[in-house]
Amino acid sequence: MKRRVVVTGLGIVSPLGSGIDHVWNSITNGKSGLRKVEHMDLSDMPCQIAGVVPRGDGSNGTFDVDSFVDKKEQRKMDTFITFGMAAGIQAVQDSGWMPTEEEELNRTGVMIGSGIGGLPGIADGTTLLNERGPRRISPFFIPANLINLVSGYLSIKYGFRGPNHSVVTACATGTHAIGDASRMIEYGDADVMIAGGAESAISRIGIAGFASARALSTSYNDSPEEGSRPWDQGRDGFVMGEGAGVVVLEEYEHAKARGAKIYGEVLGYGMSGDAYHVTAPASDGNGGYRAMEAALRNAGKNADSIDYINAHGTSTPLGDEIEHGAVKRLLGDHAMNAAMSSTKSSIGHLLGAAGAVEAIFALKAIETGVCPPTLNLHNPSEGCDMNLVPHTAQERDVNVAISNSFGFGGTNASLVMGKV
Amino acid sequence: MSDVAERVKKIVVDHLGADEAKVTEAASFIDDLGADSLDTVELVMAFEEEFGCEIPDDAAENIQTVGDAVKFISENQG
Repeated sequence: MKRRVVVTGLGIVSPLGSGIDHVWNSITNGKSGLRKVEHMDLSDMPCQIAGVVPRGDGSNGTFDVDSFVDKKEQRKMDTFITFGMAAGIQAVQDSGWMPTEEEELNRTGVMIGSGIGGLPGIADGTTLLNERGPRRISPFFIPANLINLVSGYLSIKYGFRGPNHSVVTACATGTHAIGDASRMIEYGDADVMIAGGAESAISRIGIAGFASARALSTSYNDSPEEGSRPWDQGRDGFVMGEGAGVVVLEEYEHAKARGAKIYGEVLGYGMSGDAYHVTAPASDGNGGYRAMEAALRNAGKNADSIDYINAHGTSTPLGDEIEHGAVKRLLGDHAMNAAMSSTKSSIGHLLGAAGAVEAIFALKAIETGVCPPTLNLHNPSEGCDMNLVPHTAQERDVNVAISNSFGFGGTNASLVMGKV
Repeated sequence: MSDVAERVKKIVVDHLGADEAKVTEAASFIDDLGADSLDTVELVMAFEEEFGCEIPDDAAENIQTVGDAVKFISENQG
């Protein structure tokens, strides 16, 4: 019999703050985490806005790194690792799974990925090398920037000695990580997996790179909260966000036996490749369609069972309409009954963390019966006629939700999640 | 206590997060203050930065305690 996989812990660091209760309350109340970037000079860049994690002392949902990682350890980690650690610690604490028995530790693994990892750290290290020479490069330079070191550090902190792995699939990373980790539990490699994605690429090199690829919004530098507007006719690119999303995945009987709180079940996972273009999605939406179709097949669900779709919906001119078309084709007549929103309208695009954060939002929609809104959707593009949850959250019973992520290179992933 | 010793101790406390009281001249970075081999490499770099001197790798290998660092820096500061 198939081993079922459920979610028993949630952790999040986002432009709307740290901690799932605060973030969920903010996003369902239509708050935006997008703002003008002020902690670095972007005055020579075409895009000057981003979803920056609000740092603080931990009050009002601000992110206090010191409460998650020792000061002396912080120097050994680029920012994406500290975000991933914080979300991982939140998720583990939320799940209550802190085993001490060797066999239990051996059956618990970690799978936290990142799209581009220590990009700011590598840029700073390169500057230091060129200006001051190799003797100034820290012995921690390499591990501070390696993508799999979120998984590494988290496993060291808790002694989790099961599979230790890391996904790197650009903006599909978080979704692939949760899907792959679920398969590891299903296959029997582990009973519990801590899975998700972390990203912190808001830096001069990160913004310059995506801006040069013409991927970023450039028309809303004076009204940052309006910059991310999926499906709206005024959209002109994505707004970069940062943060991390981590979930605790657990084999169903294992979770039940210890009386864990269950947020929902990972019912199905599907993947595909576009084999088309480095940055643009195939115009017929075939890649996204096949990922969703595969996830549904894996879940043993029909398309008409889907109540809510958390779209990839990045607010780029091409991608949003193509995804909308693929979803409509998949859902057929049922498309007009379902709700679809893009939470990137509130927090921007968290790149490698996006899929994990959005899976968490889909799980919260299942748990609470509230679908988070698509902000700034004033004039949908022609043909975008589904219920895209404009402006305000909607209450509706969500039994089955699907979350999509598509990444550069033409990599696509979908997760189907549902009530247990 | 010498100025060099004060500054060395401050660096050790900052980098290793060590309890100030434990950072005595006899204290070993690895055995007493919780450092690993990479931490000691970073410590030596921090000493070089603070005192504007170069500590060659073969000399760095012999700097095991706070006192070793103070002695080397005092003799080679320039």
